[in-house]
Amino acid sequence: MTPAEVDDRIRNLVEPFNKKGIAIEDATTFAGDFEFDSLTVMDFVAAIEDEFDIIISMNQQAEIENWGQLVAAVHKLQDS
Amino acid sequence: MATSMTEAPTAAAHPVDLLSKFDPIIQTRETLLAAGVEDPFNLVMEQVLSPTRAICNGRDTILLGTYNYMGMTFDPDVIAAGKQAMEEFGAGTTGSRVLNGTFRDHRDVETALREFYDMDHAMVFSTGYQANLGIISTLAGKGDYIILDIDSHASIWDGCAMGNAEVVPFKHNDVDALEKRLKRIPEGAGKLVVLEGVYSMMGDVAPLKEMVRVCKENGAMVLVDEAHSMGFIGEHGRGVAEEQGVLDDVDFIIGTFSKSVGTVGGFCVSNHPKFEVMRLVCRPYVFTAALPPAVMASSATSIRKLMHGSNKRQHLWENSRTLHKGLRDLGFELGTETPQSAIIAVIMPDLEKGAMMWEALLKEGLYVNLARPPATPAGMTLLRCSLCAEHTAEQVQTILGMFERAGKAIGII
Repeated sequence: MTPAEVDDRIRNLVEPFNKKGIAIEDATTFAGDFEFDSLTVMDFVAAIEDEFDIIISMNQQAEIENWGQLVAAVHKLQDS
Repeated sequence: MATSMTEAPTAAAHPVDLLSKFDPIIQTRETLLAAGVEDPFNLVMEQVLSPTRAICNGRDTILLGTYNYMGMTFDPDVIAAGKQAMEEFGAGTTGSRVLNGTFRDHRDVETALREFYDMDHAMVFSTGYQANLGIISTLAGKGDYIILDIDSHASIWDGCAMGNAEVVPFKHNDVDALEKRLKRIPEGAGKLVVLEGVYSMMGDVAPLKEMVRVCKENGAMVLVDEAHSMGFIGEHGRGVAEEQGVLDDVDFIIGTFSKSVGTVGGFCVSNHPKFEVMRLVCRPYVFTAALPPAVMASSATSIRKLMHGSNKRQHLWENSRTLHKGLRDLGFELGTETPQSAIIAVIMPDLEKGAMMWEALLKEGLYVNLARPPATPAGMTLLRCSLCAEHTAEQVQTILGMFERAGKAIGII
């Protein structure tokens, strides 16, 4: 899967969580822009994990602050 | 993923105030107190009259939020054993378990635990919090995986944070979510699944039978925290894993003395043949002072009495059923459909109403726990009730009357 394809699929997944309809760019942050609380993060991460059949541990999540980093991390994980 | 947090502005040349990150909490608390509510987190018990009664903030109060499930705090044998040990061994140990802090009664309480659980090894920590902190952080190291329920107790999360393992949470009590994650973990990695028998916020029980099976099928070791079930769940009071018939497949049981046992301290019991090495490598065990001898003697006596407490257990369950049904009939929303443990969580519409209800109950002469985020799941405010085997049937009826009056006055029912 290419990074663009990964991006597309995560865009579909984030829709129900993107209640404020934030425009998504690589620099869009989950805490600052999306204003996700910890419960939303858990549900969103679980959706991504199930879609790509991967695990994103909390240690890995701590390194992910914005959209671009998430796409890159998922792309790497589903490739390995 | 980082979650949203308010950042305080900083001026150049001034030191950053490290406490300003807590401003939102200070604000919430001030708003609450400004509304005239008695501080829910600053209650003082001026006198404790029995396991179920105390003078709280000057009022004679029924205790319904102390986790003193079996009422052992005032058991005459438990008190006598503690008094004698204090006379004979002094007030404290002044030392670590691995140096000068292991007295006769530390050994004896570990023997009592091995008898109670019918297991080969028992290790006593200074608190239940430290038992989870120590065992979890020591078992799962770099490259290992900890898979845990998202609603796990703070001591479990802190044990994860203290170690170097990869931490993978799954949705509360969801067997499929657990299984999926177990199957995705890289081949050959060490896996520790951490579960609780009873979850203390809602008082619900875990489907341990299915969960432990899934863990074993996927080569994971299992740790179950049975803090809120010891003494009254399972045929021998060994907890939810015993009741659901999977105790033999659980690798480590964590427990506490500060609930049914009625003292203070934490423990881990296990049949693992190499378990004793934990005494040498577990830092929260090594680098802290051992509990006072009086606490150990009281605990050992209490644990042995709990092995023969079936009448008290029955009465505790009766109390739990009566309170659960009574509160439901009054129209309160509860954390569980059926009474699953000795904890009954009453769900409040929000923190403000919850605090008002808590205060109204206190003025009626009833103490319950006000629980709020981040301790609670899904951002809920709860009034958490924990029953005691020493609550009389009349007291439970009195409690229901208090809930009815307070609930109507605050407009919750």
